[in-house]
Amino acid sequence: MSFDVLWRYAPSLASGFGVTVFCWGAGGALGVVLGFLIALGFRAGAAPLRWALRVFVEVFRGTPFLMQLFLLYAGGPAIGLRLSATQAGILGLGVYSSSYFAEIFRAGFAAVPQGQVEAAMSVGMTRFDTLKRVILPSALVAALPPIVNTLIVLSKETVVLSIITVPELMYQAQTMAAETFTAFEAIFALAVFYWLLVEVVSRLGRRLELMATRFLSHEAL
Amino acid sequence: MRPSVILHSFGYFAQGALATVAVSLAAIAIGFAIGALVCMARLSRQALIVRLGAIYVSVFRGVPLLVQLLFIYYFLAKFGVDVPALAAAIGGLACSSAAFQSEILRGALNAVPRGQGEAAVALGFRSVDIWRRVLLPQALRISVPPLINEFILLLKASSLVSVVGIAELTRVSMNVASSTYRPLEAYVGGGLFYLAINLCLAGFGALAERRLSRAGVR
Repeated sequence: MSFDVLWRYAPSLASGFGVTVFCWGAGGALGVVLGFLIALGFRAGAAPLRWALRVFVEVFRGTPFLMQLFLLYAGGPAIGLRLSATQAGILGLGVYSSSYFAEIFRAGFAAVPQGQVEAAMSVGMTRFDTLKRVILPSALVAALPPIVNTLIVLSKETVVLSIITVPELMYQAQTMAAETFTAFEAIFALAVFYWLLVEVVSRLGRRLELMATRFLSHEAL
Repeated sequence: MRPSVILHSFGYFAQGALATVAVSLAAIAIGFAIGALVCMARLSRQALIVRLGAIYVSVFRGVPLLVQLLFIYYFLAKFGVDVPALAAAIGGLACSSAAFQSEILRGALNAVPRGQGEAAVALGFRSVDIWRRVLLPQALRISVPPLINEFILLLKASSLVSVVGIAELTRVSMNVASSTYRPLEAYVGGGLFYLAINLCLAGFGALAERRLSRAGVR
């Protein structure tokens, strides 16, 4: 193990880690927002819209992420969608994960007891108020643990972006390995960085869940 | 968008789809064997063996599959171990799937009511018989739906083995894209094949779940 190679390549590895975190954050945020909108559409939309959303979710959950990336990055220009590798990566992560987040939010909505909705209606709350004050608070709390879980899975999916040449951590580590013949150091760097990422995310997630459930126990009192 | 491109390469896509299914089947079967061993390790009485099982699961679930595949295919070669592409692909998928399958099996064993094992002990069953006749039949039944789910996930993950050069569905789509200069049609075609396979699997899973739950009532 030669540390001076790692030291020499530290800037490029660090920038790769930055790109990984950025793509993961931006893609995950896009996915959560899109997924939430899709779940709202499932709930409130007309039948044709619901049908279209179901097809969307099934297609993106039923095909490999790599395939979706190729379609977006290589097939996009044919329909006038010209994206850089990083843009395609973020958009791809967002759309792909949105289908998973949509199902999570849908399950969260389904976990709200129907009686609460009926009670809100019977005390004369508007549909919007019912959504905002009754359904969303408990639905979001129910959805939080699987959301954190999916975000962790997503952080591992960012590795796939290296295949369409997004200069993220895996890409930089492979470049280093190819230029210096240092396989072991590359693996070592990858292991450290990904472990760090997953560890930080799961800790943050656990804290978030704790905060959310504390709010829930207050409500129960 | 010209659908004729997809129809033209239909046979080629079908071959790729067959390779995808074959690789996934091999990987899920080998992964099941390894997963069963890991699950046994985690239920062992020896603390050290339990620890080893837990480390296996956390490593193979925590490290991205692509990293595992490239490690086996490229990096092991640099240490002087030459692994053929197909072995690397199936081995990588199997090792990663084994971690998930061991957790499924462990969960299923935990889901068998404790009283079942205790009743068998009380009736004087030997421990082999307790496993063979009481615990395993129930646990395997519980684990079928999540195992089919894992197979769907594995089938999608198998698209990554295209990077080590296996001519499966993703690699075939890439080849079609580069030989026809029509990436949009090529990847839509490949995606449709994946979707068709997964819908079949999901349907099969729903069927199995219904049949097994009926058998469970009896």
